[in-house]
Amino acid sequence: MLEIKNLHAVVEGEDIEILKGVNLKVNAGEIHAIMGPNGSGKSTLSKVVSGHPEYEVTEGQILFEGEDITELDADERAHLGLFLAFQYPVEVPGITNKTLLREAYNTIARANEREELDPLEFEDYLESKLDVIEMKDEFLSRSINTGFSGGEKKKNEIFQMAVLDPKLSFLDETDSGLDIDALKIVSDGVNKIAGPEKAMVLITHYQRLLNYIKPDFVHIMMGGKIIKTGDFSLAEQLEAHGYDELQKEFSLNGAQ
Amino acid sequence: MSEELSDEVKALESMIGEEYKYGFTTDVEYEEFPKGISEEIVRELSARKNEPEWMTDFRVKAYHAWKEMEEPNWFNATYKSPDFENLLYYSAPKKKPQLDSMDDVDPNIRETYEKLGIPLEEQKMLAGVAVDAVFDSVSIFTSFKEKLAEAGVIFCSMSEAIQEHPELVKKYLASVVPVRDNFYSALNSAVFSDGSFCFIPKGVACPMELSTYFRINNMESGQFERTLIVAEEGASVSYLEGCTAPMYDENQLHAAVVELVALDDADIKYSTIQNWYSGDENGRGGIYNFVTKRGICKGRNSKISWTQLETGSAVTLKYPSVILQGDNSIGEFYSVAVTTKMQQADTGTKMIHLGKNTKSTIISKGISAGKSNNSYRGEVKIGKKAHGSKNYSVCDSMLIGQECGAHTFPYISSENPTSSVEHEATTSRVGEEQIFYLMQRGISEQDAISMIINGFVKDVLKELPLEFAVEANKLLDVKLEGSVG
Ligand SMILES: Nc1ncnc2c1ncn2[C@@H]1O[C@H](COP(=O)(O)OP(=O)(O)OP(=O)(O)O)[C@@H](O)[C@H]1O
Ligand SMILES: [Mg+2]
Repeated sequence: MLEIKNLHAVVEGEDIEILKGVNLKVNAGEIHAIMGPNGSGKSTLSKVVSGHPEYEVTEGQILFEGEDITELDADERAHLGLFLAFQYPVEVPGITNKTLLREAYNTIARANEREELDPLEFEDYLESKLDVIEMKDEFLSRSINTGFSGGEKKKNEIFQMAVLDPKLSFLDETDSGLDIDALKIVSDGVNKIAGPEKAMVLITHYQRLLNYIKPDFVHIMMGGKIIKTGDFSLAEQLEAHGYDELQKEFSLNGAQ
Repeated sequence: MSEELSDEVKALESMIGEEYKYGFTTDVEYEEFPKGISEEIVRELSARKNEPEWMTDFRVKAYHAWKEMEEPNWFNATYKSPDFENLLYYSAPKKKPQLDSMDDVDPNIRETYEKLGIPLEEQKMLAGVAVDAVFDSVSIFTSFKEKLAEAGVIFCSMSEAIQEHPELVKKYLASVVPVRDNFYSALNSAVFSDGSFCFIPKGVACPMELSTYFRINNMESGQFERTLIVAEEGASVSYLEGCTAPMYDENQLHAAVVELVALDDADIKYSTIQNWYSGDENGRGGIYNFVTKRGICKGRNSKISWTQLETGSAVTLKYPSVILQGDNSIGEFYSVAVTTKMQQADTGTKMIHLGKNTKSTIISKGISAGKSNNSYRGEVKIGKKAHGSKNYSVCDSMLIGQECGAHTFPYISSENPTSSVEHEATTSRVGEEQIFYLMQRGISEQDAISMIINGFVKDVLKELPLEFAVEANKLLDVKLEGSVG
């Protein structure tokens, strides 16, 4: 579904290279986890894949279902079925969650020549999705993320994911800031959304999340690259020994 | 942050700074009139308008008052002073309009209003909206006059009111904005050309929206209109003014005075959609919009509400105010001021609380883009006797790009300890992050920008009369949200 080949990216207009040759392949039905120390480029990778204009791809390619999307605008990528749950969801005062979601849902539907939902139909559809993560419907009529608590913002991202029903989702540290109960609810929700036609990339610092959502692959990102890929046991290894050891191992490998 | 503007910001700027659509000129033959200002010219102007002696005296006195006053310069704006000696203070199309018959309106002028989307034929008009069309110095046509008269409402040009309703004009003219209030109100009092007069008698709810459409056409003329709205006990009215002007390289002066009087239990809602030509990228040309607008809640339980959408003019200096004299009276000010290119706006309001339990609400939203400068200046004064009075002010600025400025100057003074004043102010930048967030959800860049701006100004635009909300949104080129969310 997603194939990232030797991806290099810099901050637009500046010489700072942040992604230094990322390779990643994600198939339908798979769940991937990306772990890595602060500042290693995890969020940047998710933003570059979703088309953030702040970054410029200087080398490499992003393929989505075989199509090269490297040059597409963020909205066009969203139309193809790409979703990003933000590490820091943005507040947009004056626009309700509901309005955003209806606009977004119908825009995506139009782009895919699917039928749009009228306001009443959409209302029902929204209601049906509230349960996925036990979201209160008062959040629908509040301005996007405005005044939401940290955890509420994260839940709202997953709610939006449930509504827009994307094929591939990047969840950037969705678990950070959630209390234990919320983590359980959100994880259950994510598991409900996952399926053989969908794929997910979870960016996280904690193995805890991976106990709830079992990844098929775990990647370690460092210095703008994925330096190691393994299965769930890699996360456990990391939890036990930290990044230092991996770093050494990588340096050794790199020196060979 | 890089010097270059991102595509988003550029798109946003081009959208707000969209080409001015009303910049055409109309070819009309004007009556000859000498340029400049003197007592003779003021007398001549009054004579041309066939005015009674009391009116001529009023003007001449005002002229001498103005002569002694100094041009103010305390604004947060820099501009070349108007050349008062070189202005044309009276500019009337040669073909004398017969205000009751459409057929006598110069076809070119009629066409102008058609182009502006204001057809003067009643059958083509928005149902429920009466229009007074002011072209340069004179009122061209007032629609639905008979229908309004049936309800007892007087809606006509100021010139006509001076002839037909001298008692009312004498009683209320300059009763809210005294001649000597400021430099421009004195000048306006001397040379005002026309404007609208509305009188809603006791107990009458005006059956339709009233509106005046101002158009400056003549390059050399200033526009000095005078509007007076009086709502007697228990009366109510909603009034809207719209304004456009051709594009000229020279600045043109627009110095209006608007006075509102609300007696016991009366309710006046005054809305403005101001879209004067704002000059080009380099700040050449555009209108100087120096306007004095003030209302007085004279009676108990009366209410005056100003709503304005300010998008045009090279320089705007304007502070619609309410004097809350009657007990329990209410004053409101809702404003969206958009500045782009080199525009400068220094606008805000004054709420003067005199009566008991008076309330005022101020919601001001400034959007600045380009190299423009947008200032909010708000004064809230609570007098000694204004027990239990309340003011609530919100003043938000949104910046687009790196070269514009937004400033807030609140002046608050309270002489009454039982009263409360609350002021909130925020400044934000339309962030790439917000735009990206919405685009990631599948929304196009243009729509994302529209949504953000629409969200920002929503609290103000919802105060506009429904009939004009559409125009306002079009003006901001913002897509209205489908249904109430
Ligand atoms: N616009 C930018 N300008 C300058 N530096 C940037 C920019 N965006 C990202 N960076 C830098 O790139 C590096 C990677 O940042 P990124 O946010 O991708 O890290 P991360 O792996 O998500 O970290 P965390 O775990 O703390 O969320 C950091 O050093 C960051 O400071
Ligand atoms: Mg991150």
